[in-house]
Amino acid sequence: MTSPLQQKLKIAGSSVVTANRTWDGVVVYRTAAKGWSADLADAAIVRNSDEAKALLAEAVADDVGAIGPYIAPVQIGEDGKIVPGNLREQIRHDGVTIDLPV
Amino acid sequence: MYAYDEIDRTLVNERVSEFRDQVQRRLSGELTEDEFKMLRLQNGVYLQLHAYMFRVAIPYGTLASNQLRQLAHVARKYDRGYGHFTTRQNIQFNWIKLSDLPDALADLAEVGIHAMQTSGNNMRNVTSDQWAGVAPGEIEDPRIWSELIRQHTTLHPEFSFLPRKFKIAITASDHDRAAIKVHDIGLRLIKNEKGETGFEVLVGGGLGRTPFIGKTIKHFVHGRDLLSYIEAILRVYNQYGRRDNIYKARIKILVHELGIEKFSREVEEEWQHIRNSSLQIDDEVIEDIRSRFIYPAYEKLPHMPDELRQAAADPDFEAWRKNSVTSHKNPGYSIVTISLKPIGAPPGDATAEQMDALADLADKYSFGEIRVGHEQNLALPHVAKRDLPALWKALDKLGLATPNVNLITDIIACPGLDYCSLANARSIPIAQELTRRFANHELANLIGRLHINISGCINACGHHHVGHIGILGVEKNGEEVYQITIGGRADENAALGNLIGPGVKFDEVADVVEDIVEAYLALRERPEELFVDTVKRLGVEPFKERVYATR
Repeated sequence: MTSPLQQKLKIAGSSVVTANRTWDGVVVYRTAAKGWSADLADAAIVRNSDEAKALLAEAVADDVGAIGPYIAPVQIGEDGKIVPGNLREQIRHDGVTIDLPV
Repeated sequence: MYAYDEIDRTLVNERVSEFRDQVQRRLSGELTEDEFKMLRLQNGVYLQLHAYMFRVAIPYGTLASNQLRQLAHVARKYDRGYGHFTTRQNIQFNWIKLSDLPDALADLAEVGIHAMQTSGNNMRNVTSDQWAGVAPGEIEDPRIWSELIRQHTTLHPEFSFLPRKFKIAITASDHDRAAIKVHDIGLRLIKNEKGETGFEVLVGGGLGRTPFIGKTIKHFVHGRDLLSYIEAILRVYNQYGRRDNIYKARIKILVHELGIEKFSREVEEEWQHIRNSSLQIDDEVIEDIRSRFIYPAYEKLPHMPDELRQAAADPDFEAWRKNSVTSHKNPGYSIVTISLKPIGAPPGDATAEQMDALADLADKYSFGEIRVGHEQNLALPHVAKRDLPALWKALDKLGLATPNVNLITDIIACPGLDYCSLANARSIPIAQELTRRFANHELANLIGRLHINISGCINACGHHHVGHIGILGVEKNGEEVYQITIGGRADENAALGNLIGPGVKFDEVADVVEDIVEAYLALRERPEELFVDTVKRLGVEPFKERVYATR
């Protein structure tokens, strides 16, 4: 399996680095303060390949904090609100699209 | 039920201790994720979209009531109060924390449940007919042989680091409820002319990216030679299997590329070296396993008790009985299938409360035993016919008496993009909408036996290739698109479905299925002609015309 750092990064717009927190699996986003947050609003935004590679490299290095970091697209509204850029990330962010059984 | 011995208990408990240590070392940073990943997978722990997912084995689909209660306990204490029964006689918990997993495994070990053989490139949970041991006409209880294979392969190095995962299913009835033709090895228990137990062995079946129906490699392997023959197959696979390409690593690709004749020659040659070795099974070994399957002390009960006669006046009871109750080898008893497909609900999910209540009902009405089928339904295998009305009332209160077994709303679906990190599209909302469209039981009965299978990606966990109607979700230009196949089946006449045309959007899937069903109702020669038989007779074209004429 190719390491995320060896993959070609094509950034089509604003993006974030996301992963799952190691101890509980919760969806987290890499912050500008070199940490992880479960709140997308805290995510560091990257806008080109070099920025993305740098943020991803830093995230990959934190193997204890989170698992499987990767670049994910986001959209930024006029009010500055960050929202997921595709359905997969929307589901990771908002939760399942169905009612849970309980 | 199978009674575990001290060796089994020690193995399971040691495994828990080992994993507890591994988790601690992972959380402390002593193990990297790369080092830890294989270890967690060998204990059934995946990482999904929102959380870790924990898959627990239910070998050959047999559960005791105390085991089901413990699964409910794990759902309640460590997860979000429910579990999801899969298409391979496992249960999955979707929200579990890594830090809680050793405790969850320890709780399960108390009742002899574990997560070995539920993931990783090893021999997976051996599956079987959920009606094993009770089905009329069954040649012999196939679980004895499933258990033999389970014991032999668990932690066996030859089977623990295979090129890819490896799945075996066994049936012992004419009607295949274990889908043996779409497994890496399928075993059909038969008797030879001397009355000796043996197996027709099929190899190279499988679904996923490259689906194949299994081919018969040997028409009769004597029971005493079963392990050596399986091992010979695995040795050839280990030797030639494509470890360099994950997409070509399953045995089905090897069988296809070598051809069944060459593959079988290779196996035969390997087998001759080992068949008379210690792998030959002594009768005492089989008898020992057989003796540890404890069967209920059935009473001699009437075939048509008064309770059943009186309840027949209630049309709702009758609808359920005709749909969900099946003949048992003992005429005073029945097998009751419990649909986990209520209208509008995710297929295969059960809440902790339902599991607890079902465990109580199993104690009261089914000698404490529950079965899990690959269709994502449960069964109570030993219900006295006189108890059917009372059981039905209790199930109805729990929302578990939907009379839709084998009907169009009895949908098999993978978790899809709502949960799964591999998925490209959602499965569950499609299933939910379809059950609402066909919620009318009279309509569903008019349509008759019709299996819909939905997968959210090409890996085919929803077995869409063998659905009478198969639905595969893919992603195209950022949108969910669904490809529809018809004519697949997973039984003794297993076949892969054929694509009817271009994919359709999420919102169109239920309309397309309605069109297909309407076409079938218009085209069938008589009400008894099943959907798959109409498709077989007419091919895809008339259905394609109906679906795409206005699209």
